[in-house]
Amino acid sequence: MAALTRIPPLLLAPSMPPWGTPLAVAWMKNYHPLLKVIPWLTPPSSPPWTPPGRPSRSRASSCLNVSTQKRTCPILSVHPSRGLVDEKFRIVVTNLPPSHKVTLHSLLQTEDKDFWEAFGHYISDEHGTVTGTKYESLGGTYEGTEAMGLLWSMRPVPGSQQGLRIRKRDVLTPMVVHISVYSGHLSQGFSQKPPLATSVIERWHVAPGVKRINIREEEVQGTLFLPPGPGPYPGVLDLWGAGGGLVEYRSALLASHGFASMALDYFAPKGLRLQDVDISYFEKAYQILKNHPVVQSDHLAVLGLSFGSIITLSIVAYSDVIKPQCSVCINGSHLIPFDKNLFELIEEMKKNVDKLRVNEENQVIHRDVILTTPPDPPVKVDVGRIKCPLLLVTAGDDQAFPAVESAEDIEMMMEKAGNRHLLEVLTYPGSGHLIEPPCSPHFRATNFNLQLTKQKVIILWGGQTQSHAYAQEDAWNKTLAFLREHLYFN
Amino acid sequence: MAETDSSPLLSVHPSTCLVDEKFEVEVQHLPADSKITLHALIHSDDGDDWEAFGHYTSDSSGTVKVSRDKSLGGTFEGVEAMALLWSMRPVPESKPGRLFKKKNVQTPVKVVFSVHEGHLAKGFKHRTPLASASAERWYLAPDVQRVEVAERGIKGTLFIPPGSGPFPAVLDLLGGQGGRVEYHSALLASHGYVSLALEYIGLLNAAGKLQHMDNTYFETAFTLLKKHPKVCPDKVAVMGMSFGVPVTLGLTAYSEIMEPKCVICVSGSHIMPLKGSLADVYAALQQNVEKIRYDEKMRIIWRDLLLPIPVDPSKKVEMGKIKCPVLLIAGEDDQNWPASESAEDMKRMMEKAGNAHLLTVLSYPGTGHLIEPPYSPHARFSDFKLLEAKTKVMILWGGETAPHSRAQEESWQKTLAFLEEHLCDSSREVTPC
Repeated sequence: MAALTRIPPLLLAPSMPPWGTPLAVAWMKNYHPLLKVIPWLTPPSSPPWTPPGRPSRSRASSCLNVSTQKRTCPILSVHPSRGLVDEKFRIVVTNLPPSHKVTLHSLLQTEDKDFWEAFGHYISDEHGTVTGTKYESLGGTYEGTEAMGLLWSMRPVPGSQQGLRIRKRDVLTPMVVHISVYSGHLSQGFSQKPPLATSVIERWHVAPGVKRINIREEEVQGTLFLPPGPGPYPGVLDLWGAGGGLVEYRSALLASHGFASMALDYFAPKGLRLQDVDISYFEKAYQILKNHPVVQSDHLAVLGLSFGSIITLSIVAYSDVIKPQCSVCINGSHLIPFDKNLFELIEEMKKNVDKLRVNEENQVIHRDVILTTPPDPPVKVDVGRIKCPLLLVTAGDDQAFPAVESAEDIEMMMEKAGNRHLLEVLTYPGSGHLIEPPCSPHFRATNFNLQLTKQKVIILWGGQTQSHAYAQEDAWNKTLAFLREHLYFN
Repeated sequence: MAETDSSPLLSVHPSTCLVDEKFEVEVQHLPADSKITLHALIHSDDGDDWEAFGHYTSDSSGTVKVSRDKSLGGTFEGVEAMALLWSMRPVPESKPGRLFKKKNVQTPVKVVFSVHEGHLAKGFKHRTPLASASAERWYLAPDVQRVEVAERGIKGTLFIPPGSGPFPAVLDLLGGQGGRVEYHSALLASHGYVSLALEYIGLLNAAGKLQHMDNTYFETAFTLLKKHPKVCPDKVAVMGMSFGVPVTLGLTAYSEIMEPKCVICVSGSHIMPLKGSLADVYAALQQNVEKIRYDEKMRIIWRDLLLPIPVDPSKKVEMGKIKCPVLLIAGEDDQNWPASESAEDMKRMMEKAGNAHLLTVLSYPGTGHLIEPPYSPHARFSDFKLLEAKTKVMILWGGETAPHSRAQEESWQKTLAFLEEHLCDSSREVTPC
């Protein structure tokens, strides 16, 4: 194996558990400025060991805030308290009174400083226990027996701005979620009532030992995540959507599962115009990944989401350089080929700008822009040329791209061309466009910079929360299984 | 230059967790029926390397699962899910007498797992593994607060669970070996108890001389903990080890200030002059100094210094005066304190006095003195700094690795269950704090 002298690995910053409960303080301060923050809740940068001069009063005020019910000492445990974002946890509450109504609540403050929450209503059994994996939520932001509902059913707290979305930018730090149990069935006012118990958990996009490496080579800009260990590893070229920027979290997660994954910044990265991004940009990126000393050059995949899928289908079909062992396209389409550059591609789409629809909630529906392709006969990606296994993940309620219709047409074309055996299609009814890693909240409509009109709109992605959550979990498991099947030599 | 060989996949799940949680180690995509060695390495904060390894053979699908498959040799044998941690020992090049103790609880223990071809017993450093994975083991759960305490002469560290509280609490006297031992309190706080790790051995007075803390010191610590706004004042337990045990038992029996809800004593004894203090225990040891024994490698055995268990009741804590539940944990191969014999005598005393229903004894064969949280490496002996003489000696702690590790796992579970039973009100009658 060649020496690793070329790469200066950026080692993982040591993770430190946060001191104090600044989140709880911030929430209470932001939410209810009238609510006096009790002294011993402040972060202990210089903590009073006993609050100066007021010990009895602060205890009395805490008792006043507690409900008039007599108190037990309920125990809330969440296991594991630190995990990858796609790992499941077990929530168990014990020592409640029997047949007691409680609410399980989750709270997250994002990097954008917004607060998101979810909650479920439960009743303890005759032993005073509630088990999240076995018991049904009777209401709240999710219902039924849903172990992870407290994460995927999260939504911005009341009073938040419209159209918010969560996209973790710094993947080397965790998402910190406060899980609490409250007495009674609450649907609001969580910040006004002290919970019976709270547990703090961390959700990580990187497993211990994953390395993050900046890629700035020729004009290619991206980030490479390497799994722990010496390698070599199979590689994945990860293409996000038209939101632009460098979205790292999926690549970080793929590296945590054993794949060297390169997140590529391709939608007019710094110093490049849309005209400069043509097929050769992606070929260069692919070569960088392929030639990396710890990547197995004949165990590669290309993975695309949304606009990234449009690109993936074209480059895999037409490029002489990009010849992966398999590829995955999530909610994409073959109806618009990428054969010149990004600028030309957008111009082609602009021809259909009159097909943009708006619903009663003023949310933009994008799917028809691609569905109705202008020239006759339509120019589509010649999927008959694809020579590697292809997995299409499609959402039944995708309002941004005609993913399902495109998949059906791709199947017909490949049948005709004789390479149908390479195709696998997964369709998820009730799921929207943004199929993210599992346990991510469902974003039905969010703020978006629409390339077509250069306007800031609220774009409708679609989907119903419960079905969408199921789709995210199943699609991720199947994607990992697909990648392992074709990239790990057996 | 990339290789086209098979690339086995090594996974450790969960890769990040508390030190007392179990994991699953699995290797896939190996050739069928192939010999491999699973190796685990910790580079400790003290700069020592600890390692463990097991020899496995993959099944017909090319998989090795540690919780299911037998290790055929290495630092452990048989089907042992967690032995890659507890059977760890210093690497061959290490200085003798090392002990594994995490001082900085705000960083995790980083464990690096590797898969090597063949059944190796050494030279792991010089070989490239087939695959590697890392795991982080934490003593601290997310958002547990750590507060240094230096008030009214008390020296210690307080750990507070997240949430509004109030919580049950533990006065943690695990520092019976000397110095500030935080990891135990950090772990208790991660399980929902406010825990004060008290430093009480090896403290220097104003003149810079070694001082033995008197009973007032412990009573003050107990009161401070009880009065903390996040603590339920009637739900405070005391847990002691080594020198912490006679102090705990003595104060619980006699002090009007220290009235714990329950008490846990690990690897200690009740031998202490009536209403005495730490200083008296030390004095008793000094008197018997000729009873020090040595094993074949000249390691010091201290257990006889307190033996035989005195018959005279004025030389022991009056166990009959204790009114709260007591959990005693003793290793039958404890070469440092006569924990087992003391436990038996305490049981006899309580049976006579009529309060034996409060007592639970956990006595573990093949187990030594240093009963730590589960999956910590076991050290049968280590070097030790004598406080007064300021010299280093080699002390024999005792225990055989496999039974000692099982005892650590079981006694920790029982400790948590005991604390939960007595500190968390599980009855229908709910008591306000």
